[in-house]
Amino acid sequence: MKHNNKIIDRREFLRRLAMGTTAVAAASLPGCRNSAPGDKTSGHGSADLGQMTTRHNPTTGDDVSLLGYGCMRWPTLPEGSVPEGTSDIDQEEVNRLVDRALACGVNYFDTSPAYCKGFSEAATGEALSRHPRDSYFIATKLSNFAPATWSREASLDMYRRSFENLRTDYIDYLLLHGVGMGGMDNLRARYLDNGVLDFLLKEREAGRIRNLGFSYHGDVEVFDYLLDKHDEYKWDFVQIQLNYLDWRHAAEINPRNVDAEYLYTELEKRGIPAVIMEPLLGGRLANVPDHIVARLKQREPERSVASWAFRFAGTHPGILTVLSGMSRMEHLEDNLSSYCPLAPLSDEEMQFLYDTADLMVKYPTVPCNDCKYCVPCPYGLDIPGTLLHYNKCVNEGNVPSGLQDEDFKRARRAYLVSYDRAVPRERQAAHCIGCGQCSPHCPQQIDIPAQMQRIDSFVETLRRSI
Amino acid sequence: MLRKIRILLAVLSITFITLLFVDFTGTAHRWLGWMAKIQFLPALLALNVVVLLALVAVTLLLGRVYCSVVCPLGIMQDIFARFGRMRRKFRYSYSPAITWLRILMLGVMTAAVITGIHVIVALLAPYSAYGRIAQGFLAPVWGWLNNALAYGAERLDSYAFYSVDVWLRSGITLGVAAVTLVVLGWLSWRNGRTYCNTICPVGTVLGTLSRFSLLKPVIDSSKCNACGLCARNCKSACIDSKAHTIDYTRCVACMDCIDTCRHGAISYTCRRSTSKAEKAAGGTDTSRRSFIVATAAIGATAALKAQEKTVDGGLAAITAKKCPERRTPIVPAGAQGLKNVDSHCTACQLCVAACPNGVLRPSGNAVRLMQPEASYERGYCRPECTRCSEVCPTGAILPVTREEKTAIQVGHAVWVAANCVPLTDGQECGNCARHCPAGAIQMVASDPEDENSVKIPVVNDSRCIGCGACENLCPARPFSAIYVEGLERHNSI
Repeated sequence: MKHNNKIIDRREFLRRLAMGTTAVAAASLPGCRNSAPGDKTSGHGSADLGQMTTRHNPTTGDDVSLLGYGCMRWPTLPEGSVPEGTSDIDQEEVNRLVDRALACGVNYFDTSPAYCKGFSEAATGEALSRHPRDSYFIATKLSNFAPATWSREASLDMYRRSFENLRTDYIDYLLLHGVGMGGMDNLRARYLDNGVLDFLLKEREAGRIRNLGFSYHGDVEVFDYLLDKHDEYKWDFVQIQLNYLDWRHAAEINPRNVDAEYLYTELEKRGIPAVIMEPLLGGRLANVPDHIVARLKQREPERSVASWAFRFAGTHPGILTVLSGMSRMEHLEDNLSSYCPLAPLSDEEMQFLYDTADLMVKYPTVPCNDCKYCVPCPYGLDIPGTLLHYNKCVNEGNVPSGLQDEDFKRARRAYLVSYDRAVPRERQAAHCIGCGQCSPHCPQQIDIPAQMQRIDSFVETLRRSI
Repeated sequence: MLRKIRILLAVLSITFITLLFVDFTGTAHRWLGWMAKIQFLPALLALNVVVLLALVAVTLLLGRVYCSVVCPLGIMQDIFARFGRMRRKFRYSYSPAITWLRILMLGVMTAAVITGIHVIVALLAPYSAYGRIAQGFLAPVWGWLNNALAYGAERLDSYAFYSVDVWLRSGITLGVAAVTLVVLGWLSWRNGRTYCNTICPVGTVLGTLSRFSLLKPVIDSSKCNACGLCARNCKSACIDSKAHTIDYTRCVACMDCIDTCRHGAISYTCRRSTSKAEKAAGGTDTSRRSFIVATAAIGATAALKAQEKTVDGGLAAITAKKCPERRTPIVPAGAQGLKNVDSHCTACQLCVAACPNGVLRPSGNAVRLMQPEASYERGYCRPECTRCSEVCPTGAILPVTREEKTAIQVGHAVWVAANCVPLTDGQECGNCARHCPAGAIQMVASDPEDENSVKIPVVNDSRCIGCGACENLCPARPFSAIYVEGLERHNSI
């Protein structure tokens, strides 16, 4: 997640004010004192930030902070400072972020055995274990990244290791990770036929899993199937991707995806709380083209570009929590100011965002959210690096449309020089052989080889145009 | 005054030529490329008649000023000599010319040019010796400085600088450059222009001409008191102050003596030496002889060049092999083939320095030592680039346009089944076919009976130009599954 630099003064100001109140806040974390449904405030006593908005989970009665901490993008140490194969997470910084988040009322932490090269759970566990276990909710997943982990034994092993890493004897929220990717076949092979889902249902009965749900990307058939079986499985929550761009444009951006409006409505119908991922599309809704920045800032000069996306997600009442992978203190502070408390969007403001989305969808960016599920590529390509660099150049106007472009020479140089800076030559799109091993891993269902080859031929055209 | 002009010109000259060797953007060449083309030996090998006539004319008019203001190796030696003089003033003394050695070296050079023993040509060529030093030692420094600027620019979000690879292209060539630098540095530090006046074949040819030059430093014996100051300050050791004579075959017209003489006895003029002009008659024979030899060298090269054009070769026999060592080295488009490079290249490394794709590097092969050859580990010979052909001063790589280049076969791709990813990994690939700028590669089913079997590349030799895009972008590592074999003689399609 990245924010616009223009708002740094305000953020810094807020941060300094808020720091003074940390001690007060830490003493009054959100509990489950009030079981009334809907929005309420709790915990945080800062006069500057206000109280974190929380949402009520009807099955377990948890009062969950509207801002959830996504643990997929923990800050890392500088490249090369740790040996290969060990954790490069900056634990000291993680602890600082977690302390601050808890102090301000954030109590939902979402991790997975796959995140941060597999080191997220341990880092999250370490930071959280320094606080009382009842002051936060842990969400983790039974991940499905490699078929080698799909056997019952390997799955149970992964499940048990999560307890160790997170230093707990119960998990508040457990998810089947990324169902829908690979369609019904993958769902059956990964969770159903090997009895893993049945095992998890028993674990829920035994109380070691307090809430069972799934996170969904991709093939809508799987989503519909699992919701049809709601009576049998009794899903406590479902994690979906929701933001103002995907609300009505997800299918338009990629025909293999489903609009968030549909997903959310289906959950709401059944009264299943939704956990929201990608509210900011991996930062893409913070790094928007200049004219979109102007449009949003004009309406709310005091708020960040990102805040619109968070307020949009939070305004929907059926949402339990909105996850954000905050790798910097500034991100956390900005999100806190959006949700402490939430200022819901009016219908008119919602419409304004839908119109903004209509404008944005015209920009030919690749819908990559930098989740890095696609890498490591067996041939060494830096896929997210290449795609994000392309997006950055689109947003900055460095993608010349043709030789006739007045600006061609400058834009060409900017693109080529920044490309080599962003991605080493031997990892660039030109080396993509199109094997397609990455594509099934992409939660955004991007046809990665097609995009890589498109970018490659664009770069080739640029290189040749001298 | 004359000395100051000479120093100014020399400083500009060596700066410009050095820029040619260190600049990787091509900007220097646009403005200063001619600096390489007016070098004597390259011009001779390129049969650049205009330049040769101009150099001969200048020498006949002004003496060996070429050696003082055009030749970078000469200027480099002057710089070392200057440092030497800072330690001890008036350190030189007159010594007689070692004419037999000079003629021997010129003869060796001429023989080497005619018989095509290129290593000797490359080692003796003064401009090229400097080129190797600049490319080997100054270009990396320039590259690192640039990379430091690029590092800063990146942090400032500026695209003014971009970083480049600084890499060792050939240890042997760098070694040769190092030895050259140390030996010449030491010689010039102690004795000034020893190399130029005993070894350098260009110096010998121009020295012969400069005997007859119109303007030359002349000692007025009526003013000279034979103090010998001029001789002790002459880095060419060519002033016999007792006899009031100057050996014009060795004088590089540096004008140092004119400024040194406290009696104004030396002037740069068309007057004949006032004393014992006939005394030099003894030397006339040798000078005339070397002049004839030099002329013969020019003629021989001309004959060689003409012969080149009629030489017909066939395609080189190319067999597939796992080892990426190429049987026939690849030389860039414009080079016409190995023979042309062998007979023209003096291994100055200008093309190597100019190549922006990391393709060209000096050969380690004994026969073609230090001459450029292409390899595609770091990049490939990109279709929009004709830099090497633009910079070459010797005609080893002749100018080609981008359009011409797309139709010049410098090699052709060879497929290595044992490395091919569709066969080894079972993955769809076709990266070679996708990137072939000539459209010479098609993907076909590996099993002719089964259309759905994995696809493998087939190369249409008649369309392949040997650019190496396939080899460079092949996913198989460390050895590509498709690599380029050079053609001895380039082919036009």
